[in-house]
Amino acid sequence: MAGLELLSDQGYRLDGRKPSELRKIQARMGVFAQADGSAYIEQGNTKALAVVYGPHEVRGSRNKTLHDRAVINCQYSMATFSTAERKRRPHGDRKSSEMSLHLKQTFEAAILTQLYPRSQIDIYVKILQSDGGNYSACVNAATLAVIDAGIPMRDYVCACSAGFVEDTPLVDLCHAEESGSGTALALALLPRGGQIALLQMDARLHQDHLDPLMEAAMTACRSLGQVLDGVVRQHLQEVSVLTGE
Amino acid sequence: MAAVQICEAEKVYIMHGVRDDLRVDGRGCEDYRHMEIETDVVSNTDGSARVKMGYTDILVGIKAEIGKPRPMVPDEGYLEFFVDCSANATPEFEGRGGEELGSEISSTLYKVFSNRNSLDMKALCIAPGEHCWVLYVDVLLLQCDGNLLDATSVAIKAALFSTRIPKVHISEDEEGTKELELSDDPYDCMRLEVEDVPCIVTLCKIGHRHVVDATLQEKACSMASLLISVTRKGTVTCIRKVGGGSLDPESIFEMTETGKRVGKALHAPLMKLLQEEEMLGKKKQKVGFLG
Repeated sequence: MAGLELLSDQGYRLDGRKPSELRKIQARMGVFAQADGSAYIEQGNTKALAVVYGPHEVRGSRNKTLHDRAVINCQYSMATFSTAERKRRPHGDRKSSEMSLHLKQTFEAAILTQLYPRSQIDIYVKILQSDGGNYSACVNAATLAVIDAGIPMRDYVCACSAGFVEDTPLVDLCHAEESGSGTALALALLPRGGQIALLQMDARLHQDHLDPLMEAAMTACRSLGQVLDGVVRQHLQEVSVLTGE
Repeated sequence: MAAVQICEAEKVYIMHGVRDDLRVDGRGCEDYRHMEIETDVVSNTDGSARVKMGYTDILVGIKAEIGKPRPMVPDEGYLEFFVDCSANATPEFEGRGGEELGSEISSTLYKVFSNRNSLDMKALCIAPGEHCWVLYVDVLLLQCDGNLLDATSVAIKAALFSTRIPKVHISEDEEGTKELELSDDPYDCMRLEVEDVPCIVTLCKIGHRHVVDATLQEKACSMASLLISVTRKGTVTCIRKVGGGSLDPESIFEMTETGKRVGKALHAPLMKLLQEEEMLGKKKQKVGFLG
């Protein structure tokens, strides 16, 4: 690749990671007391906050009510100070609306909506700092928030981004890698069954490279799933100690 | 504001308590809730702060950009405020729902900071008439539990204190075109004098008395409030009455006196805390949202 060396000859990326290595993940559930469920996740320098309200009665137009399952309503927005160049509008632009639709699609596949007919579940995600992998951080934060809210899901939803540089798939891209490498695949996986909730890529990629890229992304999602599982168990332990069980 | 519905019995209970200087959570009429302040929470801004007051959670990020100064005052920089009432706080703020409250808060902030003595704008000038620093102050409302403006003003003061603006060197070539060079050294930066930045105190009138730092339930009992912005010397820079009810002049005078007293007492501990946090330097534990 011309310009910045995304993968050095020794096999190290810009921030010193190996191609299949994820960034440092720190997460916390139950950040806000007023919301039904909330979570915060840091993946490297990307920080995302997710808040869940629901299930509650459908707000606004009654037409949106579904008689046999819950309606999932997502909103993705970025803080104006999250990107290097100040963003003028936090949400409402095309990219944010597209991301909100993707999140809605992802969580409709995972949440057991049949248990809550005629109700609505709101998932609001905010990016506080953006350094690549925005969609993945949102999905991971939202998974933890939905679990914090006590809404049943089929499985954890883990998401990761992947790219391709010089025949090597890179996993968990940072901003420089996303804008430099050209190919950026976003994958949301339900790890236990190996089911893909969302797959998105907009770039040119040779057909032969698609399989190794997807394999790398799926392996990364599974490791992420284990990290999220650890976070949930630790949170449960803390809560049960506080309530004296 | 995210409204809370309370019944008549609760209103009477709160009003009787306030009359006897005892509020629902045990505070007196002039006591603030427990406040937690942390600066430098978002690393890719020039200055940031997070304030938690009860359940109210505000995050302020300041970004400094080079822009053209205003034609009326060519040797000064300026501040631009933007308040984002995010859907995190309440589902009613989804989409465009939070814009009304956001623009109300940002217009109050513009008024408070339009005072010439609050912040030294001349320090933000680079080349008179051509370049100046524009500070974009972005306020993010994460949780709403009453008393938004007080928390916002404290957060803005803390964020301005922690703002580091890189130093600029102007070099001129032979043709006379000026080139601005930003210093690469992260420690070579300019800090702002925030001693005179005012803090806003909101006083809500409940019955015949007034309270400082009202929660949502107390706000639902009050008909009118007074917003006062006070500097550390006790000078009042801006007064605004909000709410549907009316206040008589004696109440306004009493509330102003209380506001001056409470506001003046807020500045000294705040500056001391900010300076202590700065002294920690590298040893400071970054907690952020993970704490």
